[in-house]
Amino acid sequence: MSRPGSSPDEKGVSQNGDPGGHRPVFTNTLNAAVSPETRLLSAFARDTQARKVDLAGREYYSEEGRPFELRLVGKIKQQLSTDPTLHPEYPSSLGLREFTRKATEVALGKHSRAIVENRVLGVQTPGFTAAVRLGAELLRCWYDPSACWCGPVYLSSPCDDSLTGIFQAAGIQEIPSAHYPTGADLSQSQWAVITRLITRRRLFPFLLLPTQALCCGDMERDAWPVQHCASLGMELLCAQSFSHCFGLYGEAVGHLLCVLKQNSVLLPVRSQADKIVRSLWARPSVGGAHVVTTVLSNSAHLVEWQGEVKHIVERCMLIRAILREKMRLLGTPGRWDHLTQQGGLFCCTGLNGEQVEFLSNRRRVYLLPGGCLNVSAINCRNLDYIAESIHLALTSSL
Amino acid sequence: NIFKVPQAAPVAVFKLTQDFNNDQFPNKVNLGVGAYRTDEGQPWVLPVVKKVEKIIVHDDRLNHEYLPILGLPEFRSSASKIVLGDNSPAILENRVGAVQCLGGTGALKIGAEFLRRFYNGSNNTKTPIYVSAPTWENHNAVFSSAGFEDVRPYRYWDAEKRGLDLAGFLGDLESCPEHSVFVLHACAHNPTGTDPTQEQWKQIAEVMMRRKLFAFFDSAYQGFASGSLEKDAWAVRYFVSSGFEMFCAQSFSKNFGLYNERVGNLTVVARDADNLKRVLSQMEKVVRITWSNPPSQGARIVTITLTSPELFSEWQENVKTMANRVLLMRSQLKAKLQALGTPGTWDHITDQIGMFSFTGLNPKQVEYLVKEKHIYLMASGRINMCGLTTKNIDYVAESIHEAVTKVQ
Repeated sequence: MSRPGSSPDEKGVSQNGDPGGHRPVFTNTLNAAVSPETRLLSAFARDTQARKVDLAGREYYSEEGRPFELRLVGKIKQQLSTDPTLHPEYPSSLGLREFTRKATEVALGKHSRAIVENRVLGVQTPGFTAAVRLGAELLRCWYDPSACWCGPVYLSSPCDDSLTGIFQAAGIQEIPSAHYPTGADLSQSQWAVITRLITRRRLFPFLLLPTQALCCGDMERDAWPVQHCASLGMELLCAQSFSHCFGLYGEAVGHLLCVLKQNSVLLPVRSQADKIVRSLWARPSVGGAHVVTTVLSNSAHLVEWQGEVKHIVERCMLIRAILREKMRLLGTPGRWDHLTQQGGLFCCTGLNGEQVEFLSNRRRVYLLPGGCLNVSAINCRNLDYIAESIHLALTSSL
Repeated sequence: NIFKVPQAAPVAVFKLTQDFNNDQFPNKVNLGVGAYRTDEGQPWVLPVVKKVEKIIVHDDRLNHEYLPILGLPEFRSSASKIVLGDNSPAILENRVGAVQCLGGTGALKIGAEFLRRFYNGSNNTKTPIYVSAPTWENHNAVFSSAGFEDVRPYRYWDAEKRGLDLAGFLGDLESCPEHSVFVLHACAHNPTGTDPTQEQWKQIAEVMMRRKLFAFFDSAYQGFASGSLEKDAWAVRYFVSSGFEMFCAQSFSKNFGLYNERVGNLTVVARDADNLKRVLSQMEKVVRITWSNPPSQGARIVTITLTSPELFSEWQENVKTMANRVLLMRSQLKAKLQALGTPGTWDHITDQIGMFSFTGLNPKQVEYLVKEKHIYLMASGRINMCGLTTKNIDYVAESIHEAVTKVQ
């Protein structure tokens, strides 16, 4: 098989080997602007300093500094690989039924009125982003079609940089960012105020639950806001991820929960979700979902899993406490209570842009652009260096 | 009440399976949905896949992080090599790249979203997208939901002569607007099972090159159609060697039996390395807001298989097993119909290739088969050859005979 230019032709292929002899197809494709996260990753990769520390990763890292697989998950994967009843069939576009049932239960609680009244739709998605995307598409298509609705959708500030893009891709144009207390999660009484406001002003809540169980160490407690909204009879969407709490990062295990006001609207919404899914990814992948379902459906596994999650959460809490203590001992200016008041995998330090840049450029400590860091990436080997670095960022004249 | 939602129309092939499942008739046969079945009517985990799954599950060194947005690098390159050939000039010239996607659908989706943004101007949603008449019904949905306003059919199936309408196809290629996008089935056309010959592909390529049309291949059956990976990739490779810049959406659902792990690859053949880099950078942005990071399991299985000579041979054997069973069912069905003296010619059953056959049965005859004989097939007359087994083939042949002789 030869390339044009090396054979006689009447096609007008130019002799310099220009394929097709016509204007190339993708000339107006610009190099995409590099996302802040990618820029960070490449900067970190290029950094030759031995002391460099990456606090911007998204996974939970063990004390040894590697992404952590739960022991139980490893065992279950082995079990599943020898299970003769698992067939390589196409799953339904909405995913494994057992999985969506369990995922719905962990978000709403088994005895949720919404579940009992059969007005909840659960859709398994290939990961958290996919769940948000599906929710955005559903909202845009079916949120009062008479009004040709295309926004506004309010996102917290800060939030993951991909969220705006996801809603835009779904056709929503108005995406202002709303004020949100930096880093801190809301207390129950704060949520009560918010939900009252949402109800009164007829706003629609789209809740994001990417790291359930990693905040308080308890699935139920971390899902409290969702359960509270549902118990008030609200309609809502909730995007869930099981990547973090199961260490299944590579497996894309997500879930979109839709709580509707009436059962009568369940089938139509399900059929629309089905239609949207078919043109996005057709069906989700099953591997990770099988693991999650197996654990959540078996009380012995549940206990073991909760133990491992508790260990993760306690380690994160410990790191926060130790870091706060180090800052106090160093006499670092400012208050550091927020380190231990916040929960979960990530921590918003409150450092400004200049200070964050100082950390990466001068100390080789890489934070996320908003000043957030991944608590689990801190370990006994880099703790002192990190604490000193933060101290310097705040005390050196910049 | 936020959601005021009309019910969406059900997808025909899944409704068919549902009806089949609800049917109590003991000898019912499902010739609808497109997945491989053994002679016992069971789904089949390829032996090589079982082997590789064990390897994976016992590998302590495996990294459990999120996959890169574009997917597992070794998967992308080995998957592209499989369709383009190890020694593809385009690969050697560093102008081939790929995106790991959620199955073939995901690959079509990312390609469509990219084209809508960057092909034929920017955000040119008016560029016509041509899909074959008939085609896999999801093609329409994927391209329209990506924003293309003009998805149209190109002539393909000639119902009269039960074969390719080459004149019509070439006619549409000559008369369509320049820069139109054509979705081409790389092999084992779904649903007709009718592929252009090599000579016919050459003619198609000539017109497409001359009229600056964009080739978007859909390759879901490589290896599965003829039993030979090279043979089934001939059209794609010919287009590449002719100098096209093009996309190929690959699915490993069928040839690896990995239906539920969603293993797909969008191969991009660009003009040069620089162009390729730009294209991939933009595709990465599209992926980031769709599923962000693809799942690893299926991609790992495929990669390990393709990159180990022993496992690769074993896989080729497994694929041949599936392809051969289909070929056997084709020849047996044709033989039985001929033996029964069923009116009409039945050569198309063995002329056609791949999982599907367009029987030529009309809607009334199809209805007869479904309602009276409990044999489930698509209204178009499409049957899945994998639904045939040595146990049911006599019943099916007799029923077709009945339908053709009783129902006009």
